[in-house]
Amino acid sequence: MSEHVEWSDAEAPAPSASAAVTPADAADAARLVAFGLQPKLQPARDQEYTELLRRHRDDPAFARLADAVAAGLGLVVLEVSPRAGMAVTAAEESVFAVRMGDYARRTAADSGDRFLHGLAHLAAAALAFPRPEDLADDTYIGRVTVNGVDAFVRQACRRLEERAEEQGENTDPATDAPGLEAAWRIWARRSATGATKDARRPAASTTGIVAKALAFLTDSGFLQRTGDDNGGTYRTTARYQLQVRDMAGSAALAELLELGIVPVTDGTATLMPAEDTDDLDLVADAGLPFHS
Amino acid sequence: MTSPASTDSVPPQLSAGPRPAPGPAADEGLARRLRALACTAPLHDLDARKANLAGEYSVYGMAEVALAAIDLVTLNMDFDTGADHEQIVARLIPRIAAQAPHRPTAEHERVARWVLENLINVGSVDRGFRAVYGTFAPDGTYVRRDYDFKLIEEVPGPGGTVYLRTTDEAVNVLVGALDTDVTSAQIAAEVKLEVLINRGRLADAQLAAEQARYRTVQYSETLRRALDATRRNVRAVDWLSAVPDMIAEALDHVAERYRHENAILTNIRKARDETEDPEHKRRAAELVDIVKDCIRRHTQLQSRLLEAGPLFRAEQDRQAFATPATTSGTDLYGHLLAPVLPLPLEQAIRVTDAFFGRGTGLRTPVSVRIADLVDILLTPPVEREHLGAEMPEPDLIATPDDSRFSEEQLAAAMELLDLPADAPRRLSGLLAEARRTGDPDLAYLVALLAVHAASPAVGTAYRQGEQKLLFAVDDGTELDDPEFGGADLIVGTALLDAAGMAADRTEAA
Repeated sequence: MSEHVEWSDAEAPAPSASAAVTPADAADAARLVAFGLQPKLQPARDQEYTELLRRHRDDPAFARLADAVAAGLGLVVLEVSPRAGMAVTAAEESVFAVRMGDYARRTAADSGDRFLHGLAHLAAAALAFPRPEDLADDTYIGRVTVNGVDAFVRQACRRLEERAEEQGENTDPATDAPGLEAAWRIWARRSATGATKDARRPAASTTGIVAKALAFLTDSGFLQRTGDDNGGTYRTTARYQLQVRDMAGSAALAELLELGIVPVTDGTATLMPAEDTDDLDLVADAGLPFHS
Repeated sequence: MTSPASTDSVPPQLSAGPRPAPGPAADEGLARRLRALACTAPLHDLDARKANLAGEYSVYGMAEVALAAIDLVTLNMDFDTGADHEQIVARLIPRIAAQAPHRPTAEHERVARWVLENLINVGSVDRGFRAVYGTFAPDGTYVRRDYDFKLIEEVPGPGGTVYLRTTDEAVNVLVGALDTDVTSAQIAAEVKLEVLINRGRLADAQLAAEQARYRTVQYSETLRRALDATRRNVRAVDWLSAVPDMIAEALDHVAERYRHENAILTNIRKARDETEDPEHKRRAAELVDIVKDCIRRHTQLQSRLLEAGPLFRAEQDRQAFATPATTSGTDLYGHLLAPVLPLPLEQAIRVTDAFFGRGTGLRTPVSVRIADLVDILLTPPVEREHLGAEMPEPDLIATPDDSRFSEEQLAAAMELLDLPADAPRRLSGLLAEARRTGDPDLAYLVALLAVHAASPAVGTAYRQGEQKLLFAVDDGTELDDPEFGGADLIVGTALLDAAGMAADRTEAA
């Protein structure tokens, strides 16, 4: 799990794995997990944290103990390394899990809002790691902006709208069956922003929803805010990459497969050229962060 | 017809009769027309609802104001952002004021804001409109559908500002019949304009020029979207042929339009300068402004086109020439986002929920001790400081007055140098007079001012409209003085023609 880790000194104690677990060991293991529960804490900034991480690597019995403590608390260990620290995340139904209803109150009543909030998180990840290589490459640092995520989703929606028009489809949903409305339409028809009395983004606008998602991810230690350009600029952390790669991506993919939808790609080329390059609106599928 | 939609009215002519339902093809045209009709509904709505406003507003033609607002927003849409909210309100007011000249300006402004807010439909969550119409599905069942549209939308601008843009629907309402090729329509409009100018029919020419400007705006908008997308996405774009072709085509277009519009500009200028009729003169002047605006927009478009190449190459360097990773991750866009978007909401929400549940990380639950809770509840709320933190008293240090001469000395010297315009004096005489006052420093100051006057600040005096100016001239006489050496300058006062200079200044400006 931490094979790429390079420790500068190797004189760490190597207690025998058979040594009995003392309450002090259990306390240390729990403290390491507690550090992991503070996702914004940088391991390099805290000597004790660094020390415990070192022990986790060198002492298999301690490692097992720490992993067991995490599992007992309802946590999943993603990685233990100096770059990500004790990267733990909430298991399903764990007390640490984030629930949509707590995240945004309106989502309980309005499935459209619920979808928009979920999609904002998915789109933020897709824009942060536009290519599969970016998600696999441990050294990659993605960049996202609030306006960038919104524009990127709108672009994809516009593409779908155009395709539907080309095929002469009528995408207007039936009045009495809002659940059958195509998902892209929900994002497309929500306003991007709006003027308010106190010069803040309306929370229900798509940029408001994206901004909430990015701010929330920042609190989770997944993003770091780097500036105010384009509605807020962020860069990704190692934890976010782990979370998306090992947890969220596969969970969403499994759900998609369960719906009978098997996305077919050849594994390498992620973004296909648009089929019809003769029209002006060349780009279909986007994935790259904005550069401005 | 507009939001909130009424669902109880069924178009009777469609649901009546046992005849087999027409196929979707026959219905499609009808649906399109119904949607077009729906786009005008918010405008009618304004006139219908103005009676509900507190106050006597029936005198205002709200639909007219609304159309004017859509007009203004379309014309003020910039390449990057959009039209400024306040600017639109300010420009609407003259028209509203013309409708009811005796009403207060505050009311005019209120009407402008009301119309604009209603065009954005501020009250609704989506800030848009919804109309309901019915069509026959392929199997002959009658389906009632929601049509969502916007007329003016708010888009984020730089620095967190909000700008207004007209949507395609609004442009359709405004100009109509836009199902034509943008390029050819523009060429047609310009040829028409040229002919009209040549024949001196300026009234028609203005209409044609305004139409040409709508087309120009529309064209920029199309290209802006394409370039935006190009910038975001490198590998999805066929950079071998399609994009260079597109850019070359667009550059050709800009060059051609630029030439064309410059030619028109020259023509109109001629018409403006040569015509005798003041009405013609005014119209031609307006035309010059419109065509200038078109040229400005084309120039903006061109600079965007030129930026596309370097941007692509920089992205190419970053992505294509990096060493490929050995393992492959999930393609978040291709595997997840793209397949989710076309799904119906009730299916898509399962995928996004799964992603949300696993992708947001963890939150440590907050647990409250009853003792703390009591404290928290009993703590008086902290009063918010409206004025911010108190400013520290600045610690000022008095700088010592190290001037060589005092104010009194300067006044005395100026009095000495206040010479009548027709009687210049030698510096030696002035120095002698200065010494007679008993102040030894005064002579120094007088000498200094005289030397300074050898190069008088004519430009400053001209700009500031001074009445007179002190000057000093060296006529070769040497100064015989115990303290100073050099030329015995002739010091005098020149009177300046202030009125003439003022006239010159206005002319130059």
